[in-house]
Amino acid sequence: MVQVRLWGSLASAIGDQTEVEIEAGTLGELLEGLAERYPALRPQLDRGVSVAIDGLLYNDSWFTPIKEDSEVVLLARLEGG
Amino acid sequence: MALGSKRDTSKRDFKIVGTRPLRPDGIDKVTGRARYGADMSAPGMLVGLVLRSPHAHARIKSIDTSRAEALTGVHAVVTRADFGDVEDAATADTLDNCMAGAKALYDGHAVAAVAAASDAVAKQALKLIEVEYEPLPHVTDVDEAMAPGAPVLHEGRTDETVPQGMSANVISRCQFGHGDIEAGLAKADRVLKRTYRTEATHQGYIEPHACLASMGPDGQADLWCCTQGHYMVRNTCAAILGLEQGKLRVTASEIGGGFGGKTTVFLEPVALMLSKKAGRPVKMVMTRSEVLRATGPTASSSIDVRIGMTKDGRITAGFAELRYQGGAYPGSPVNMGAMSAFAPYDLENVRTIGWDVVTNRPRQAAYRAPGAPIAAFAVESAIDELAKGFGLDPLEVRLKNAAREGTRASYGPTYRAIGLEATLRTAKDHPHWTAPLGPNQGRGVACGFWFNFGGDTCVSLNITPDGTVTLTEGNPDIGGSRASMSMMAAEELGIPYDKVRTVIADTGSLGQNEVTDGSRVTFAVGLATIEAARAAKREMCRRAAKVWGIDEEAVVWEDGAAKPSGPNAGEFPPMTLEEIAAIASNTGGPIAGHFEVNAEGAGVSFATHMVDTEVDPETGAVRVLRYTVFQDAGKAVHPDYVEGQFQGGAAQGIGWALNEEYIYGEDGTLQNPGFLDYRIPVASDLPMIDTVILEIPNPGHPYGVRGVGETSIVPPLAAVANSVSDASGVRLTDLPLSPPKVLAAIQSR
Amino acid sequence: MSKIHVTTTVNGDPVEFLCEASESLLDVLRDRLSLTGSKEGCGTGDCGACSVTVGGRLVCSCLVLGAEVEGRSVETIEGMAEGETLHPLQRMFIKHAALQCGICTPGILVAAKSLLERNPDPTEEEVRYWLAGNLCRCTGYDKIIRAVLAAAAEMREAS
Repeated sequence: MVQVRLWGSLASAIGDQTEVEIEAGTLGELLEGLAERYPALRPQLDRGVSVAIDGLLYNDSWFTPIKEDSEVVLLARLEGG
Repeated sequence: MALGSKRDTSKRDFKIVGTRPLRPDGIDKVTGRARYGADMSAPGMLVGLVLRSPHAHARIKSIDTSRAEALTGVHAVVTRADFGDVEDAATADTLDNCMAGAKALYDGHAVAAVAAASDAVAKQALKLIEVEYEPLPHVTDVDEAMAPGAPVLHEGRTDETVPQGMSANVISRCQFGHGDIEAGLAKADRVLKRTYRTEATHQGYIEPHACLASMGPDGQADLWCCTQGHYMVRNTCAAILGLEQGKLRVTASEIGGGFGGKTTVFLEPVALMLSKKAGRPVKMVMTRSEVLRATGPTASSSIDVRIGMTKDGRITAGFAELRYQGGAYPGSPVNMGAMSAFAPYDLENVRTIGWDVVTNRPRQAAYRAPGAPIAAFAVESAIDELAKGFGLDPLEVRLKNAAREGTRASYGPTYRAIGLEATLRTAKDHPHWTAPLGPNQGRGVACGFWFNFGGDTCVSLNITPDGTVTLTEGNPDIGGSRASMSMMAAEELGIPYDKVRTVIADTGSLGQNEVTDGSRVTFAVGLATIEAARAAKREMCRRAAKVWGIDEEAVVWEDGAAKPSGPNAGEFPPMTLEEIAAIASNTGGPIAGHFEVNAEGAGVSFATHMVDTEVDPETGAVRVLRYTVFQDAGKAVHPDYVEGQFQGGAAQGIGWALNEEYIYGEDGTLQNPGFLDYRIPVASDLPMIDTVILEIPNPGHPYGVRGVGETSIVPPLAAVANSVSDASGVRLTDLPLSPPKVLAAIQSR
Repeated sequence: MSKIHVTTTVNGDPVEFLCEASESLLDVLRDRLSLTGSKEGCGTGDCGACSVTVGGRLVCSCLVLGAEVEGRSVETIEGMAEGETLHPLQRMFIKHAALQCGICTPGILVAAKSLLERNPDPTEEEVRYWLAGNLCRCTGYDKIIRAVLAAAAEMREAS
């Protein structure tokens, strides 16, 4: 199980849970698992999120491995200039 | 593909990376040969011009183009009726921004376009287009737009994060942070509560948007344009026009500045549609007034901050509520403002709330570290005021609270190796910090943070028969990146810098490339370049192994040549890249390396800025006397261009702090759509901008590179404001710090 | 709409063109003579990207009419290098990394050359005020000023 930290707006969508646990070995499994288990997160997941895994930023790479003890934080989708 | 296994970052001795060779496109750019957006022409080309709304908000009841179409020399007229529906909401907004649908949403919004044989005929044709408008009430201020009863731009765009009962102009709400704000504030010796305001500023690139489009009846099209990302242009235009992406080839011209403002399309879909209807190539070039009225700018904001601090300078809690208007469509960068606001600090209790709001202004476009400078202005001003109030050294206070490796960032993740503390310590030890100040002079500091991005990237590296190298990449060179790529390729191959030529490919020559944004190019394209070079090296080792008749695992690459890996592998003299290239046809054919990746794992970057100003007590005018940038670059590939990014970001930030602002009249029209009244810093406004490059390697890049382009614009708004406060003895919370505002503040002191 | 016939010299070459009475010199250079090195950043004389000299005088070519250059001598960025040899300013701009995007560079080079012809030994402040009509958004001007001062020093040594 991977611990996933959610930012405030996502947390409020699922009853102020700031951390959830998801069975996932990759970024793709994580995003899919979140959407399945917490349908209230789906609108934001569809709009796009970024994910910090052990302090580095990831956007779309489904097969990015996530370890059991990885720090995983969902972030609002980042766009630059 | 395991990038993680190749993180040989900090201990490496570089031969080329870190030196300052001449940029390969330099001669073209000092001789006038380089071709920018407006510099291309085509046989039979027509001139395309846009008709723009004079109203801030109006229903378009009808558009009659018949008189324009009948004018001799007019070959096509386009309105929204020529475009179909687009499914994706953001792309549909882009289309609506390029060509208004049911309503004109801001002064300058495109409502029709013509293609004609000459500029004069096109101008005449615009006058013959009859648009019947029904003017509607408008709103351009963020706080007014949020108020119940404000004129509403769109119904039904609000998302599920917004509480019931708010104006439909409020699109979304976001919240970040951890801990307990009220409990933290209760532990403070002082809680500062302030409201800050910033005005919209434009990216201010000197090159107006321009393109040349050619589209045939078979749906094949070619487009030349100035953009930060021609693959984005291809994909967006294809979606808007219902084309297959592969049928549209986009070539990026040289780009005359972007700063985020050229990460979307404005003219391109219109030019393609005009070309399609006219059956001729169509060139479109914006005027400066069009650029200011209808492209860019960034958000304007109002921000409430509450910060608690103990008298020894520890921040006990930080709270900010940020309201950003991003113009007529959803998508202000408030998310990133809210995430970055307290990012430099190690806080037990921190919360930020962000509101994305629409108003009757042009749709905001990304501007260098979108959202972050605005948020940093508020937070860094408040921290400075608290530190000053306790008589504490503002650098010491920042050091005391600085985020470090292992700190949980205010936006969630735990930082890996970061350079904030290094920038603060270096600033404190720098002679600038202790230099004497004269009367009416002051000194300010501020910190800044940016995430930095990666994204889809393709690079192809070809070895020519004579042993030189062409590197093909897909990101427009906006400030010297060809040089950096050539350097990284040469470094990796072990050959001289001038043996590599880097070219920017059109969309037909490489796969998808993310736009030049998010300070991603040196990081992501650099990473792909290094990996492409490694692929080429592996192939060259294979060729040498074949020639020598030994196992390919027994060959290594060193100093530009293949060598047996050790005495057991066999006794062969090194075979150089040139020698391998010369016999490539005999050993299996041409040699190339390529690499395609969604480059993830960009490393964050921090900066501290220090600035001295002098305030004229009689006029309120502020003069910048001295400026020093301290920033972590991870690894500076070409230090000249790293310094250039630091200096350019500082200068733009100074403009934002002191002069630049979008000024709207009562009628909702932009009052200053020209460089005379929208005043960006000129040479005589600025001092030299000193830079100190720190190198705390990014563990996510083979050479340790971090993006550097955006962080440099984050601190200056606050640094300048803090300096002006120090100089004048009054605290200003509204940008820009224009002379009348500063004078009024001094006089009411 | 009869056009005006103009005979002039551009970068030392004899040139003839027809232009509208209202047509700017910048449009003539770019659209009729294919000299696209001069850039249009504003069209109102505020940015200096179109700087050229007419009869030795530094002007914004967007504010001069094409018809005005009859019998005069026009110098643009395209005439700055002599054959293969770059002007010292051009060399110093590359050496000092005084350009990022490069769109303002032609105008700044023409303006800086004009300064050094009048004042071969300018102070930093003099360079800054002379170039105050040439906007650059990328560099913060630091490396531009250094490049101009370095070119001035080299040209003084050479003369």
